[in-house]
This record gives sequence, structure tokens and C-alpha cells, in this order.
Amino acid sequence: MEIKILGTGCPNCKKLFDNVINAKDSIDSKIKVKKVEDMVEIIKSGVMSLPGLMIDDIVVSYGKILSVKEIEELINNKK
Amino acid sequence: MNIFYPLEIFAEFIVYSVLNLIEGSHLAESLVFIIADLLKIFILLFVMIFLVSYIRTYFKPEIIKRKFNKNNISYYFGASFLGVISPFCSCSSIPIFIGFIEGGVPLGITFAFLITSPLVNEAAIAVLLATVGIKATIYYVISGVLIGVIGGLIISKLKLEKYVEEYIYKIKSKDSVKLKETQKQKVDFAFEQVKSIVSKVWLYVIIGVSIGGFLHGYLPEEFISDYLGKGNIFAVPMAVLVGVPLYSNVLGTIPIIESLISKGLPIGTGLAFLMSVTALSFPEMVILKKVIKVRLIAIFVLIVTIGIIINGYILNLLL
Repeated sequence: MEIKILGTGCPNCKKLFDNVINAKDSIDSKIKVKKVEDMVEIIKSGVMSLPGLMIDDIVVSYGKILSVKEIEELINNKK
Repeated sequence: MNIFYPLEIFAEFIVYSVLNLIEGSHLAESLVFIIADLLKIFILLFVMIFLVSYIRTYFKPEIIKRKFNKNNISYYFGASFLGVISPFCSCSSIPIFIGFIEGGVPLGITFAFLITSPLVNEAAIAVLLATVGIKATIYYVISGVLIGVIGGLIISKLKLEKYVEEYIYKIKSKDSVKLKETQKQKVDFAFEQVKSIVSKVWLYVIIGVSIGGFLHGYLPEEFISDYLGKGNIFAVPMAVLVGVPLYSNVLGTIPIIESLISKGLPIGTGLAFLMSVTALSFPEMVILKKVIKVRLIAIFVLIVTIGIIINGYILNLLL
């Protein structure tokens, strides 16, 4: 599984990144986490409201900072 | 009727009964003003940010971009309205800008969004409502939306599509997914926005209100009317020329404008200054440079600046 955080480095994107790290550590530390900071890449995924979140290249959230709990649920649903 | 009357009574009670200051002194007057203002501002910030964030969950730019596909005047208003409810910082308006262009939204409509987005925002609405009053707030929102619509229409007429960087047109994005959200998630999101914005701006608000309160108590009445009153025909462009390069926190600026208005600054001049502080910012220009050519940025800056100045004059005539 690979989780991508889409964001251009704004404070909200960093916060989502931290939450993702916390969530995946509690489930499976082998899950890959990647930041996508290139604007063109972000737009290509169809996301405009930042930060966005993708799991295995599928957009699961945009425009909000998910809590650690919400991210855990998303990961568990995808497993 | 003034719905904030109880807050003013409370502020007077704190200053005259608890702190035991003498009625009518400059210090006491300033303090009453500061305490009442802070209470009003924070209550309204909470309410407005919550409401607008909740409304925003129903208007996702990812979904809307597919609808704004024709050069129809109603879409200019729609895009400008989206600018009003769109998030507070300019870092979020650029991806929407690119996504619109890439998604085939006409340039003029995209600019209607880009102009209004920083010009009118919910936090500024809250602070204006709390300090200057409902009439000025309504004029602020309506004129902000109109500046975006008219600016967008002008840019559309000028046919400036060639000044958008080539690569933007070449992006092919996936269709955006519509994400299901429960009412609880929408409400949680709105609360989260309140927390995040208030935690960012509270200090600026307190500083702004303190300066405003100080001016309220100490600035002589004649000062404003002598230099910046309606008699001075250059006051509006001067206010805007000072405001454009000034990239300060708008929420801190409003309480200062409030106290100047109470000392006789015309509302149109005050709003022109307020809009010029928020509308154009250097960091935004730097990001825009990656997306559109300098010539289009210059036209954008010119249209917005002139729009704000004309609007200031019109409001001074009306109010």
C-alpha cells in the first residue's frame, strides 16, 4: 500500500502528513508514505482543494486535514 | 437595535466597576472600546467561519469546474461567489486557478474567482460586521463580488489566453471523485476550520484592536476630517497605493480602520484601503508567475487596483 499526501508545503499539508505518519505507524509501519508537492502532479490527480490524500493512486480526501482516527479507518477499509 | 448592546454594557462594567477607572478619561474610553470590540469580534469570527466553512462543503471546486464550461454571465457570478467562500489563504487559490484553466473553464470566469478569493473572505466579514457595522459589510461583500465579475469580464474581452503558460493547457487531469460526506463530517470540518483560523489570527486581532482602541481614545477628531475626509479627492487612490504593497494581516487592519471611520474617515475610503491590503499580495504574485506571464499579472494588478479605487469613490458618494 502507498499513501500520497498532495500539498504544496502549506502548514495544513504538513499537519496532514504528520497525521498520516501517526496513523500508519499504529497499523503497519511498512506502508509507504510519499509527499506530492509538484502542482502539475497534484492537478493531474483531479484534486484542487489542498491538502489531498491518495491511497494506491485513488483520491480518498481533499480540502481537509483528516484526523489520525479518520486516516486509520481509510487504511483499514482499503486493506 | 444594536444586538451587541449587552457586550458594551459588560465592557463598561469591567472598566468602570471592576477596574474602577474614571468615566470619560482617555484610558477608560479606550479600554471599553477594546474589550467590547474583542468580545464582538471573537463571537462573530466563530459564527461566520463556522457557517461559511459548512456552506463550503457543498461547493467543491473539483465538481464545479465541470459546470463553468461556457462564457455565461451567471458563471462569472458563480465563480466570484466561490471566491468569497473559498479558503482564507492564497496558497489554496492557485491550485483552483490551474484546475479551472486545465478543466476548460474560460479565462474570464477563472479570473472572477481569482480576484474575489482574497478580496472577500469570511473572517474579514466577521470582523467588519463586529466593528464597522452591517451596512458597510454588505457593501464590502457586494462590491467585492462585482469587482471580481467585472474584472473577469474585462479579462475575457481582452482575449489574454495566450498569456497563460502553455503547459497548463496540456495538463490532462483525471475526473475528480465526488466524495461522500456525512452531516457530522461537514460539521466537524466547519469546527476544525474555526479552530485553525482563530488560532492563526487571534494575536493580530488583539494587536489591531489595541491600536484601534488607542486611536479611538487619543486621536484628535479634526485630524481625519482635515486630511482624509471627503473633501480630499485624492484620499481614495492614496489609501489604495499605501494598501497594495502593504501585506499585513487584514484582520488586524480592520479595527484600526474602524476607529478611523468613527473619527470621520469616509467608509468608501476605509473599504478601499482594506481591499487593497488583501487583494494583491507579493507572495501570490510569485506563485502566479509560474502559471501566467508577467503581462497578464500586470493587467490583473491594474484591473484590481483601478476597480478598488473606483469602488471607493462610488461608496463615498453613496454612503
